[in-house]
Amino acid sequence: MSGHSTYQPQNKFLQWFEKRLPIGGLIYSSFVAYPTPRNLNYWWTFGGILAFMLGVQIITGIVLAMHYTPNADMAFSSVETIMRDVNYGWLLRYVHATGASMFFLAVYIHMFRGMYYGSYKEPREVLWILGVILYLLMMATGFMGYVLVWGQMSFWAATVITNLFSAIPGVGDAIVTWLWGGYAVGNPTLNRFFSLHYLLPFLIAGVVVLHVWALHVVGQNNPTGIEPKSDKDTVPFTPYATIKDGFLMAVYCILFAWLVFYVPNFLLAADNYIPANPAVTPSEIVPEWYYLPFYAILRSIPNKLLGVCALFGSIGILAFLPWLDTSPVRSARYRPIYRQFFWLFVVVCIGLGYLGSKPPEGVYVILSRLFTAYYFAYFLIVLPLLGIFEKTKPLPSSISESVLGAKA
Amino acid sequence: MSSAEQHSRRDFLYIATGAVAAVGGAAALVPLIAQMNPDASTIAAGAPVEIDLAPIADGQIVKVFWRSKPIFIFHRTKKEIDEAVNVDVNTLPDPEPDSERVKAGHEPWLVVIGICTHLGCIPLAHQGEYDGWFCPCHGSQYDTAGRIRKGPAPRNLALPPYKFLSASKIRIGEESAAKPA
Amino acid sequence: MKTQAIILGAVLAAVIAAPAVAEDQVSPPRLTWSFAGPFGKYDEAQLQRGFKIYREVCSNCHSLNLLSIRNLGDVGGPGFNEAQVAQIASEYKIKDLDDSGQPTERAGRPADHFPAPFPNEAAAKAANGGTAPPDMSTLAKARTYARGFPWWVIDVFTQYQEQGPDYIAAILKGYKDPPPAGANVPQGGHYNEYFPGHNIAMPPPLSDGQVKYDDGSSENLEQYSKDISAFLEWAAEPHLMARKRIGFQVIIFLIVLSGLLYFTKKKVWSSVH
Repeated sequence: MSGHSTYQPQNKFLQWFEKRLPIGGLIYSSFVAYPTPRNLNYWWTFGGILAFMLGVQIITGIVLAMHYTPNADMAFSSVETIMRDVNYGWLLRYVHATGASMFFLAVYIHMFRGMYYGSYKEPREVLWILGVILYLLMMATGFMGYVLVWGQMSFWAATVITNLFSAIPGVGDAIVTWLWGGYAVGNPTLNRFFSLHYLLPFLIAGVVVLHVWALHVVGQNNPTGIEPKSDKDTVPFTPYATIKDGFLMAVYCILFAWLVFYVPNFLLAADNYIPANPAVTPSEIVPEWYYLPFYAILRSIPNKLLGVCALFGSIGILAFLPWLDTSPVRSARYRPIYRQFFWLFVVVCIGLGYLGSKPPEGVYVILSRLFTAYYFAYFLIVLPLLGIFEKTKPLPSSISESVLGAKA
Repeated sequence: MSSAEQHSRRDFLYIATGAVAAVGGAAALVPLIAQMNPDASTIAAGAPVEIDLAPIADGQIVKVFWRSKPIFIFHRTKKEIDEAVNVDVNTLPDPEPDSERVKAGHEPWLVVIGICTHLGCIPLAHQGEYDGWFCPCHGSQYDTAGRIRKGPAPRNLALPPYKFLSASKIRIGEESAAKPA
Repeated sequence: MKTQAIILGAVLAAVIAAPAVAEDQVSPPRLTWSFAGPFGKYDEAQLQRGFKIYREVCSNCHSLNLLSIRNLGDVGGPGFNEAQVAQIASEYKIKDLDDSGQPTERAGRPADHFPAPFPNEAAAKAANGGTAPPDMSTLAKARTYARGFPWWVIDVFTQYQEQGPDYIAAILKGYKDPPPAGANVPQGGHYNEYFPGHNIAMPPPLSDGQVKYDDGSSENLEQYSKDISAFLEWAAEPHLMARKRIGFQVIIFLIVLSGLLYFTKKKVWSSVH
């Protein structure tokens, strides 16, 4: 933790408790007195929003699990029972389903923020890697949750994704059979996905604790990329960051509420309202939007094993970002060339997402390959070279100087 | 604006924000708590049931289920009715005359919820010293009107809402308009 | 470089906005529905007419497994009262076991699910030329059509969620006999303008004058298709009205809360800047 605790409880009982288990002091030093750079912009509120969304998903998930039946014959109708008969069941289900999308939207903004401002750079490498681990856990959780509905998309997405592992030479088929618990996706698969889907969010919560701990050890990055040099550069977390986070959280909830109450099926595939049928494959198998870029990358490589490698590699490469980017300057504010490549990267990611929703034919294949090439080139070629050749803008001498001008 | 005015303006804003946020938090709790109440299909499954009394012989006790609770329907013989009526009500642990536990004009029929009022076991019919029920869990004994006579149970066997549709048909789950005799 | 990114984005947008409807699907026309939009409500009379169509026509082949007869009396639905629901229920024959465990048939009760026309999938397939008629409980949400960019973005703001009913109504009116020149309709199939691939297994189920309405509404295919589509939308989304009502309250609340939080934030930060 940064700084000593100046937590002095007034209440006698709290003083007694604090001597035995100093949680109060921990919370105080981490979330009240914690020195936060004063120049953080709204892109920094998404960490708090993510914590909020994790809470929303866990709470709605637990109450949904009170009514859901993880058996292949009853899963679909148990979800419909929730929608029709359970008091406010429709609301809980739509919040949970939409919440997954809001969770991923927030995580992508959070990750792009990190990439833009160089938050992954020394000394925040472990923080970043914990983030990549969190992202992987989220993807696994989201995938398994979608399967639980046991609609057509659930079943066939499970089939496609578990079949990816058959690309592993030698043991691939054995691994797939082991994952399935049978000769195809079926009831054993559904049951174990339910167990794991319930478990993983608590692993996520645990890794979040590590993530915040790692953050507090090194302190937060800020838009200038320069570390705070004095007290003038920081403000206490509460009330400054708390209220800023709270404001954007409420605005985020407006978007969330719009989706839940007015267009709840905008993000849900219509085919998933058809009960799973192992004998009939839907004409288009499309994952949820947050997996689309990786789906596009997978399909752009004509070789099965290499496609799977590209898929996992495209996520795994994120973990190496702190070392691939060789520039000594953190924030893209002062890196004019890097900034161009970065925005191109964002466009490419969105483009890959769009291409993932299209059938793999014609111009879509050509574009997918082009964009996949740029995706990997960005990490493996652009970033290492830019650090050497880029002429960066001069950095301000301190955070307060950048906020207040030279008067500071 | 004076500092005091600024202060109270700021406080009002903070209080208003806090209050609105608290209302939102409380409202968010409502569906989370309400979802645990019985859902519509459970309530529908707990709808009243109709029982035909004709096949129940004199002296026979039949067990049916309503809202997942066991219901005893006792077709009492004359002797059993007399045993229930000829008792000093004040000596009973839970005083209640037989007339308040049956419907007027249908005295032979006793309809009670078959859950021991002690700790919830189902008592055994036609057993015990009082010709009623005996609960094997802790020894409570009920008479021919389902009243507790001996043992740890505090209250008489509960009466479900029911009404007679005809002399030989009852609907359990709906109370009749007329009060019992 | 920034201009290059913009140009790339523009190229992308052009590619995306190019005909995005699958070649063999025609977009159904958008109809007006009473339940569309933020203040949409089901029309009880329409739902009752739709139920009549389901009961007299569709239920001969299509099950409605996930709905119970009591749903007809639920708030936000067709608006039958308790006595009417009991009456409708009693007109159904429900398979059950008698007291000695033998299969029998009894009069329906409100708590019963709607009985299915076929005992299982295989029987449904065999009776219908190899294709089982789909269950209708979630049909209106299980059917949609590709809207293409930028329409699907605009739909989020205009709250267009009626792709299902539009599609179903179009299918019911989309049969063409004889099929247009050049159309290849295999034996047992029927040409339908709006069905992807144009070859649908279901024969045209509705025609003018087929169902008698008690409330004086027109007894033609146009009206039938709207009424049954509305009924199916209710069957798939029975809590639509509550959802939109509560949504309005929640969003107004969140706007107020956001406003308060914004001014609080400004106040708190005023000392810093």
